[in-house]
Amino acid sequence: MPVLCFPPNVRLAAAGLVLSRGGRTIVEGLSLTLASGEALVVTGPNGAGKSTLLRALAGLLEPESGLVSFETLDAEPDPVSTHAHYLGHAEALKGALTARENLEFWASMLGAGDGLSPVAALERLALGRAADLPAAWLSAGQKRRAALARLLVAPRPLWLLDEPATALDAAAQELLAGVMGEHLAAGGLIVAATHAPLGLEGARELRLGGAP
Amino acid sequence: MKSALLALFIREIRLARRIGGGGAMGVVFFLILVTLVPFAMGPDLNLLARIGPAILWIAALLATLLGLDRLFQADHEDGSLDLLQMADVPLELIVAVKCLAHWTMTCLPLVIAAPVFGLMLALEGPALAGVTLSLLAGTPALTFIGAIGAALTVSLRRGGLLMAILVLPFTVPVLIFGVSAASAASGGTVPFMTPLLILCALTLASAALAPFAAAAALRGGD
Repeated sequence: MPVLCFPPNVRLAAAGLVLSRGGRTIVEGLSLTLASGEALVVTGPNGAGKSTLLRALAGLLEPESGLVSFETLDAEPDPVSTHAHYLGHAEALKGALTARENLEFWASMLGAGDGLSPVAALERLALGRAADLPAAWLSAGQKRRAALARLLVAPRPLWLLDEPATALDAAAQELLAGVMGEHLAAGGLIVAATHAPLGLEGARELRLGGAP
Repeated sequence: MKSALLALFIREIRLARRIGGGGAMGVVFFLILVTLVPFAMGPDLNLLARIGPAILWIAALLATLLGLDRLFQADHEDGSLDLLQMADVPLELIVAVKCLAHWTMTCLPLVIAAPVFGLMLALEGPALAGVTLSLLAGTPALTFIGAIGAALTVSLRRGGLLMAILVLPFTVPVLIFGVSAASAASGGTVPFMTPLLILCALTLASAALAPFAAAAALRGGD
């Protein structure tokens, strides 16, 4: 795997976030900062607002109040969306296209073509043999791996992962931990919502409150 | 940015070809409508030739709306829409490219098939050319206007009918000028160019405005 380095002085900052879903406030007055090479694990019971927080960080959900920004030392704070990968519950794979075609598309849509090649990324997640199968034929775990391979074909510093280990077997969970470790070592940032331990060493933990 | 939009266009075309037979679906629907009408009207060739352009235009309008509700819905369901919003490319351009791809796979086959189907409605040579040209100029407006409705109903499970109700009133001007251009080609007092130019203006205006409206609807949908 080519060693990729992100600029070292980037920072994800959220201040005074108030998030609501369906008219109900679930996260109130949350502030966090994350510097390059750091990981944050968001835990909490079902309905605590983990996914909502990730969507707000990704810029997909407008917060009621508060600000999310991605700061680089020498530039103005940017909206996060073009610096981040978002891995949600849906895999964003088209069943009619092969895994390789799916990744080729996302590589040119989300990146500037400086990441791993789609096949190399699939091989990194032990899915090389399925590269030319239609994504509809893949199992749930394989789809998850193909979605994770998307993070490698388009380098972006911030990874927002919502339950990244869902449907993954033990070997794939180890691969995921390895990939995340490399990303942090390259100066990337990770925010992951999870119930299961992800094997992220030295990650900070943010515990969201109980379900009402 | 150019390569991203090209990749999106190719993906849309590929998906349309692999799912649902691509352009064939709309053409078959078009064919069904056009063949049914002469049976319903009876064998009066003069009447058929007079209302032929209108029938072709109504058929094209309905065939265009047929698959349009899935324009953003499929991407919404599998999570692609979230990622498209996070691309380096503005969502407005993504919407425009998706419309363009949809038009290429749905409406372009209709335009190509129109002269053949026109023969079944006893249209003469100039009228055939007029209908085809007016469809070529007018159908992009239908796609772009429809995209606004598709974006507004993106999160509704069965939003197809609601979309049609929202969109149809706005397609009426296109229909009026489309049919009058097509009829003018076969004679009459209206010069052919006047309605055709208005049709072109409708297409250009909707291509300029609809991507912004649809993108705003998609962003606000969450």
